[in-house]
Amino acid sequence: MEYLNLFVRSIFIENMIFAYFLGMCSYLAVSKTVNTAVGLGAAVIFVLTVTVPINFLLDQYLLSPGALQWLSPEYADVDLSFLSFIMFIAVIASMVQLVEMIVEKFAPALYGALGIFLPLIAVNCAILGGSLFMQQKNFGGIGEAVTYGFGSGIGWFLAIIAIAAIREKITYSNVPAPLKGLGITFIITGLMAIGFMSFMGIKL
Amino acid sequence: MEWIRQRLDKFKEPFGKGKKLEKYAPAINALDTFLFTPNHTTKTGAHIRDGVDLKRTMITVVLALIPALIFGMWNGGYQYLHQLPEYADGVPFMDAFIEGAIKIVPMIVVSYAIGLGIEFAFAIFRGHEVNEGYLVTGLLIPMVMPIDIPLWMVGVSVVFSVIIGKEAFGGTGMNILNPALTARAFAFFAYPTYMSGNTVWVHNASEIDGVSGETILGKLASGTEVPYNTMDMFSGLIPGSISETSTICILAGALLLILTKVGSWRIIVSGFAGAAVMALIFNSLPSLGIEGNDLTNFPWYNHLVIGGLAFGVVFMATDPVSAAQTMKGKWIYGFLIGFFAIMIRIFNPAYPEGIMLAILLMNVFAPVIDHYVVQGNVKKRKKRLATVKEVKTA
Repeated sequence: MEYLNLFVRSIFIENMIFAYFLGMCSYLAVSKTVNTAVGLGAAVIFVLTVTVPINFLLDQYLLSPGALQWLSPEYADVDLSFLSFIMFIAVIASMVQLVEMIVEKFAPALYGALGIFLPLIAVNCAILGGSLFMQQKNFGGIGEAVTYGFGSGIGWFLAIIAIAAIREKITYSNVPAPLKGLGITFIITGLMAIGFMSFMGIKL
Repeated sequence: MEWIRQRLDKFKEPFGKGKKLEKYAPAINALDTFLFTPNHTTKTGAHIRDGVDLKRTMITVVLALIPALIFGMWNGGYQYLHQLPEYADGVPFMDAFIEGAIKIVPMIVVSYAIGLGIEFAFAIFRGHEVNEGYLVTGLLIPMVMPIDIPLWMVGVSVVFSVIIGKEAFGGTGMNILNPALTARAFAFFAYPTYMSGNTVWVHNASEIDGVSGETILGKLASGTEVPYNTMDMFSGLIPGSISETSTICILAGALLLILTKVGSWRIIVSGFAGAAVMALIFNSLPSLGIEGNDLTNFPWYNHLVIGGLAFGVVFMATDPVSAAQTMKGKWIYGFLIGFFAIMIRIFNPAYPEGIMLAILLMNVFAPVIDHYVVQGNVKKRKKRLATVKEVKTA
């Protein structure tokens, strides 16, 4: 039940896009068609699901104050948390490298469509955000970290395919010239966030 | 009639092509086509036999809304008056109706005046004809508000929903969220004390101590006893937003919408089905050994007739613009609306009623549903084509 609660919370209530507005750059740039959005969304799910638990382990056994105690008691007051940003980013960048190679090998068309935004997942704030929120949340075990990473990824995925479908639909709309493109996309994102307010405050 | 036609033509003269008031032609044309059926005919190609246009569709919806509106006016007065000692032995029909109408008619006037004003302004500036979509939206907005909401709040919500929710996308037929619900959601999040709670649902309940104004969902959430039976809930003699209470009147409207094929029966049926399934699941919790609360144990047929569920499913979810467009998509869309509405009611302590946000959420996902239904169909046909080719070559 606790896992379910965390899962639902991370998908809907603490949605990376609609609650924290993280990862907006690729969300806005790659949401012109549903198919590329699905590809990028899947990549984000994978990277989040892998990096959050790895970073959780790093945090638990290396970085947080007193984490090195398992080596020997004399390290009890060592605090390496100033290294967490660089370590997290290193893990994320290597995972993104892996995803990039997989996508290039098995889906060259998607690789072409995603373009620069695939390597840029490495600096996608939703991914680093996932790891940093994990650090704040003091999870009890690796299971919770996996659930949280996977849930956040699903939330981001849902957001990007929803907006991609809407943007495909409004291609034929008579949007006023100054709002065309990004302007209307920001307005849509705001309106979508109202829809996502339905989950605010849910407790399972 | 001839006389009106002639007067109107004469009045329209300075708005003609090349005349000095040409810019304002959309405004006068809107008035003209409102009074007279436009006599446009197709000049080339296929000839459509039935002249159903946006105007007729919208007027049908307005007609379907009338029973619920009349009932809402009467009920608005009745819920207040029957609690007063002066009316202990019964409330005369006209007293209640007038009491309610005094509150509700100004709201309708404000909604139409501001909304249509913005629509006319946009039509003139952007040089297109005034669309009729607002005829329905303008009536729906007051119908889903609590009776005592200040008029300026109605006005601000209308401005938000018409400009941000609709005109930013290019006007009628282009919006992604239902405009009436956008207005309600705006008011709900901007002025929560006027839009939810125990005292806003009955006229004067916040002013007079002896008048109570709690809705059934509010009572269920706080665990107090519900003094209404199923018949009261079905006929609508309960507090609530102006026109949402009477399921009978709403179903009368639904019948008109379905018979004229203006509203999608698939969405209406699947919406109620989704709500019923979700409520049945919660009803069966005790038999599985899980103890529920008042909300989960509330019988499923009662869940269908209280709150705004019926009104939302019949009049808001069926909005042809923001709903799913494909047949299969409509089933999924409607079902999920009912499903989420009950889920929010039961799980979310922040909102007693969930239908508004459930519809907005599914409006957001309707294009995704459509996309995958269409893709599935494409895949199926390709497969069929492949088998046909195989059979032919064999």
